[in-house]
Amino acid sequence: MILMHTPALQVIIPLIAAPLCCLLPKSRLAWLFTTLVSFSTFAISVLLVWQVHAVGVIDYEMGNWPAPLGIKYHIDSLSAFILILISAIASITLLGARSIIEQEIPHSKHALFYTAFLLCLTGLLGIVATNDAFNVFVFLEISSLSTYALIAMGRNRKALMAAYEYLIMGTIGATFILIGIGLLYMQTGTLNMFDLHDRMPIIGGFNSVHAGFAFFTVGIFLKLALFPLHQWLPNAYTFAPSAVSVFLAATSTKVALYLLYRVFYTIFGFEFSFSTLHLGAVLLPLSIVAIILSSLIAIFQSDIKRLLAYSSLAQIGYMTLGVSLQTQSGLIASMINLFNHAFIKGALFMCLACIAYSIKTTRFNHMAGIAKTQPWVAAAFVVGGIALIGLPPTAGFISKWYIVLAVLETSWWLAIVVVLTSLLAVIYVWRVVEQMYLREPLDNIRHGTPVPMMLIICTWIMILLSVYFGIDNRFPVRMATMAAEMLMP
Amino acid sequence: MMSLITDLYAYWISVLLMMVGLYIVIDHNNLFKKLIGLNIFQTSVFILFISMGKVDQGTAPILKEGFETFSNPLPHVLILTAIVVSIATTAVGLALVVSINKYYKTINESEIQAIEREEA
Repeated sequence: MILMHTPALQVIIPLIAAPLCCLLPKSRLAWLFTTLVSFSTFAISVLLVWQVHAVGVIDYEMGNWPAPLGIKYHIDSLSAFILILISAIASITLLGARSIIEQEIPHSKHALFYTAFLLCLTGLLGIVATNDAFNVFVFLEISSLSTYALIAMGRNRKALMAAYEYLIMGTIGATFILIGIGLLYMQTGTLNMFDLHDRMPIIGGFNSVHAGFAFFTVGIFLKLALFPLHQWLPNAYTFAPSAVSVFLAATSTKVALYLLYRVFYTIFGFEFSFSTLHLGAVLLPLSIVAIILSSLIAIFQSDIKRLLAYSSLAQIGYMTLGVSLQTQSGLIASMINLFNHAFIKGALFMCLACIAYSIKTTRFNHMAGIAKTQPWVAAAFVVGGIALIGLPPTAGFISKWYIVLAVLETSWWLAIVVVLTSLLAVIYVWRVVEQMYLREPLDNIRHGTPVPMMLIICTWIMILLSVYFGIDNRFPVRMATMAAEMLMP
Repeated sequence: MMSLITDLYAYWISVLLMMVGLYIVIDHNNLFKKLIGLNIFQTSVFILFISMGKVDQGTAPILKEGFETFSNPLPHVLILTAIVVSIATTAVGLALVVSINKYYKTINESEIQAIEREEA
């Protein structure tokens, strides 16, 4: 009985939990509650993956209203893949992050912090679960608004400016998506994604569809932080509280990428997006510039959090590069990189959360020789760094492998770009490793606070997952292949 | 040519407002006024949606004799939601501006950038 309602429960449980959470009096209770809720969303997403494997596609009609009138939730292999990723990352982050949240956020705001976290989780899960274009906008704004609040809770006053900048850029992006939805509704008279697609070819030549396409493109690129619309991301990731950086870096741009797949493959259709309107020709140069430029900028950063933020921008470039190839193998590579990178970047930001807990900063100069006092954290960073570069036996290697294979089908020089830019990752990872291992520890490190066991354990869970998916990659590869075959039949 | 302007005047107004709003967001130095610009920008989209639901001679969707052509109520419903979203965005934005004023003692963007440069 309850199995029938899993698509709705996936979104509704955190949504109902959020206002309840802000009523909880004790910080510890709020944390326990939030962690339980995110683990229950994880359990539901596991059930959904299992159901998708058994029956293929799950359609859920909200309140039993059939599709054109009511809102339909549609879980296929792609949605289930992203849902399990988001809920897993949220669960691991929350499990480990209590101590760092207690340290970084004033006690009176804890319940509100967890409320905003749950709302953000609701929004991200909702975007992925729903099959209604306007519903996507609403969930997008739920997740964005709570993200602004979460970022603004950072200790540095620069967090406020970072949140403000993100609010302006994010709202413009979301409003562009809203205009796109409006223009499509104008032509088709429906908001259901499959109906939108079915009615599209007949009126493919109309200007409002073209304009809607353009608005969707810009709006999604903004949310995705694809070059040159990435300005908000480095500051947002750098000044947000450590736990928020972990969660955002691992999930928020990934959901924007999911939206890109949905809008351009499911709504507009592959033919229209890539053959009629040449989205690939726009994505390809932007991806290459994003990869090269962000990797170069990352090398010169003096704050490790900002370094990882720029590295995220480069990784987003690899994911859109896969899409721009216009082949099924490119799409599969993009999805595998999406999945693997979420764990790798989540793990690396968890390491920085440990470091921030110990020495209250993530600045490059302040962490000389930290391997002497925090060997486990430093070792985790090294393994995460290896995965980020893309060496075996980590998940990063699998992503790079699939990307290079997909790229080689089109052109050999692009493959050289991918390999050479991985070498740039070697430079910035090595800089950090050198600073951690080969320097004498400073006083601030000798007197650093010991890192709580739970934080280190959760960091290592993520690190081990990103190694595990390098050795046994059956799950992401199978899900990505199923999803790509569905999007590009 | 004239009919392109007169028939579609609602769209022209919303495009004009959209550009005014975006220009304020991009150009203005005052963080508070930027938010006002953002509001104008969002309002233009509401007008776009509402005008697209309007049918000539259309009434509210009432099932009764004498009411035959209906305006499409769905865009109105959507925009009700979008208005709520817009209010929430403005509220969060204003709260941020208040905190920025508290910690920087100014809400002028170039002054804040100058303070940050001095710190660095």
